[in-house]
Amino acid sequence: MSAARVGVVTFPGTLDDQDAARAVRLVGAEAVPLWHADHDLKGVDAVFLPGGFSYGDYLRCGAISRFAPLMDELIPAAKAGLPVIGTCNGFQILCEAHLLPGALTRNASLHYVCRDQRLRVERVSTSWTNSFAEGQEITLPIKHGEGRYVASADTLAELEAGGQVILRYLGNPNGSLNDIAGISNAAGNVVGLMPHPEHAVEDLVGAPSTDGLGFFTSILKSLVNA
Amino acid sequence: MTDTVERASGTPDEPMPFAELGMKQDEYDRVKQILGRRPTGSELAIYSVMWSEHCSYKSSKVHLKQFATKAPKSEALLVGMGENAGVVDIGDGWAATFKIESHNHPSYVEPHQGAATGVGGIVRDIMSMGARPIAVMDSLRFGAADAPDTRRVLPGVVEGISSYGNCLGLPNIGGEVVFDPCYLGNPLVNALCVGLLRKDQIKLATAPGPGNKVVLFGASTGPDGIGGASVLASATFEDESQAKRPAVQVGDPFMEKLLIECCLELYAADVVVGIQDLGAAGVSCATTELAAKGTGGMRVDLNLVPLRDPSLRPEEILMSESQERMMAVVRPDDIPAFMEICAKWDVPATVIGEVTDTGRLVMTWDGEIIVDIPPGTAADEGPVYERPYHEPAGQSALNADTPDRLERPTDLRETLLRLLGSPNLSSKEWVTDQYDRYVRSNTVLAQPADAGMLRISEAIAGAEPTTRGIALATDGNGRYAKLDPYAGAQLALAEAYRNVAVTGAEPLAVTNCLNFGSPEDPEVMWQFAEATRGLADACRTLGVPVTGGNVSFYNQTGATAVNPTPVVGVLGVIEDVAKRVPTGFVAEGLRVVLLGDTREEFGGSEWAHVVHRHLGGLPPQADLEAEQALGAVLVEAARRGLLEGSHDLSDGGLAVALAESCLARGVGAKVTLSGDPFVDLFSESAARALVVVRPEAYDEFASLCGRHDVPCYGLGVTGGTSLVIEDVFEVPVEELRERHRAVLPALFG
Repeated sequence: MSAARVGVVTFPGTLDDQDAARAVRLVGAEAVPLWHADHDLKGVDAVFLPGGFSYGDYLRCGAISRFAPLMDELIPAAKAGLPVIGTCNGFQILCEAHLLPGALTRNASLHYVCRDQRLRVERVSTSWTNSFAEGQEITLPIKHGEGRYVASADTLAELEAGGQVILRYLGNPNGSLNDIAGISNAAGNVVGLMPHPEHAVEDLVGAPSTDGLGFFTSILKSLVNA
Repeated sequence: MTDTVERASGTPDEPMPFAELGMKQDEYDRVKQILGRRPTGSELAIYSVMWSEHCSYKSSKVHLKQFATKAPKSEALLVGMGENAGVVDIGDGWAATFKIESHNHPSYVEPHQGAATGVGGIVRDIMSMGARPIAVMDSLRFGAADAPDTRRVLPGVVEGISSYGNCLGLPNIGGEVVFDPCYLGNPLVNALCVGLLRKDQIKLATAPGPGNKVVLFGASTGPDGIGGASVLASATFEDESQAKRPAVQVGDPFMEKLLIECCLELYAADVVVGIQDLGAAGVSCATTELAAKGTGGMRVDLNLVPLRDPSLRPEEILMSESQERMMAVVRPDDIPAFMEICAKWDVPATVIGEVTDTGRLVMTWDGEIIVDIPPGTAADEGPVYERPYHEPAGQSALNADTPDRLERPTDLRETLLRLLGSPNLSSKEWVTDQYDRYVRSNTVLAQPADAGMLRISEAIAGAEPTTRGIALATDGNGRYAKLDPYAGAQLALAEAYRNVAVTGAEPLAVTNCLNFGSPEDPEVMWQFAEATRGLADACRTLGVPVTGGNVSFYNQTGATAVNPTPVVGVLGVIEDVAKRVPTGFVAEGLRVVLLGDTREEFGGSEWAHVVHRHLGGLPPQADLEAEQALGAVLVEAARRGLLEGSHDLSDGGLAVALAESCLARGVGAKVTLSGDPFVDLFSESAARALVVVRPEAYDEFASLCGRHDVPCYGLGVTGGTSLVIEDVFEVPVEELRERHRAVLPALFG
């Protein structure tokens, strides 16, 4: 069969797009550049919304990108089951687009923080985490100023009850409620997380871990099995 | 009423506010002589900023010449001093361009924006060479860590660098954070950027070809950073002008990120003939420099400059230092393609003029000529001063006050913990954790490694593969330079050179940022003359040419100057980046080896500074031959795969190097000293490094050292959870870590 095609979106101010594309290629998939201003998903099998500072984060992180022409196509496709992952700014965009509940606010420390973070994988029945073992502890870099996950008590309870918390911090770096580092929608095809799997895929560069590869092998597996 | 050339000719005796703009009477007289009349207000604006110390290097030029006249022969140097940044051949068709620049004064006035725009400015210098910027570093100096004003300045500076650099998507891979009371009223914020390009794609700041269009693109022009606020206070200029303008520029990193991607696409489409960033002196600088280096003439309609504030007067437009602007020279046929690419990236672009062959830079405002000058007279023919200098009155007394009189410690364990818990030697995580070091995924080494290192092959999408990588380090020691500016500058170079070599990269080229007090003070000027002479001599000996840099004068409060602080950046190349040597003790069971000789050298040392608040005597000897031999051993050993880890010895000597090596991965070590433990542990002799090698590789490594005449001492082995100095002391790595980490969070929250 031909290689799985994973779209990588570039908004003005997106920074980690080439990193995400490289990670996609590393696991043998094809990285397809998607441009914010196009109404075109180019028939991809899955979509990666990378980190960065789209539109400078000058309004609220992700609040402008959410209205990009590409999002008009992406939002219904995601609701129809297209696998979508958003990391960092991508997670913020997914929340602003209401594909995921809750919001990311300023870190409790009020500082931007870049560090190698220990995490626990809480749910493996998603398109993006099925290569991990439940409860597996991994290390991924975090790098954000606004990564504190917040949601109403009801939403939190729903997330917990529905097993939608996919990733939790071990040693909370930003004040996120329930130590939440990443969540999924109920169906498990849409995933958002603050850490950066694409920076933990090679021994030579990035974080001292290759645990990020699991997210990319997961999507390949779920596409093959789909 | 606009002050036109016609009006200036008709009113030859009208007094002009040259003094308020920082211009001396004889300088003003020269402008009149060049023009054959009095300058218009706009012309005065151009000459005053272009002939300022900052833009013209009028006090430093005669000394900086040595960097060229004494330059070692280097085949690697593709573009030397005088361009926006130097360019170095790094092999396989690749070139690197790098430069360090100061933004000291703005960072004191408004720490956040001052530091942020310092990053923005140096990044645009690198872009204007045709390169993709791939990383930044910052060399920072503040007043005493516990001084109240440091709590205002440091967090603001760090936040400014963090917010601008992170938003730009450039990894911050290293630098320095140093505290000393002398920097309290004059923090030093020196920002470095490195970029990558194909060797045959270098762009230059030049405007050739009459009829070619001059395009201003990027942010619109506002009233920020207008240096000569006096322009506005002056009655000679228009009263409709605003009363007060902010002197510090405000940065927009989002626009800069768009500019980077936009410029790279413009280069790839080959629609740029010449390009120049707008930094200090804004439109004045870009137009005069482009015109002077091109066909020689340019016509500009200043009314076409897009304004953020429509009330700006032409004098202000010329002096504005609004950020995130670039100026390109474009063939008329390429204008549509140029504009299309700018539109794709939402970057406003406007044709404001064209290249001519008249030899004159002519600017109009409302259809009238307000500037008509030979551009070279502003860009290149500024005044040059041979400032008088002499050795400071207290210099010999300072040198005579050696650390010999200081009481030596009995508890060396406590001395180590005290040094490790002092602000200068403490962990800088509080700072560096606020910088993104991973973006673009090419970072092989970053802080706290001795040098930052990047792989090249994937730095540019679709690039030709290479195994090569580049390494960068910046260093400087104001205390050493205060004791002996000649040796101090050499020691700064030696340390940066060593920091590059310990990672396995071969040092290739130098950039520098020379931070000094007022050049009008002969004692400061002596420090400057000595430091430049020392640096030029050392560059020749080590075979690494200076490719460019920056001079920052007037770093002083009242009559008190900062310690003379030459900051030196060294760029190196590693042939196979996979063979990089990580910092510190990476595993158990490795032989710990000290390279280089230890002398009793405590002048300007961290021990003297922390324990005794003492500064006197002479700095360590700068033994450049030893430094070069050490570098050769480290590079060759890395190439052969003999080194598992390494760390240079510098501030705090062997004791601190051992402790930091343990902290790198939490691996302890047991070592034995042969001489006086205090001297062995805390002396700061240069040309030394610590390496760890596999036991079976030791003999080969030792014989390599022998061939290069590099002293090599087996000190012990790595392992365990403590640093053990046999018969002296033992300290758990965790205890080291607690001391090391606690300092900055306790001070800055």
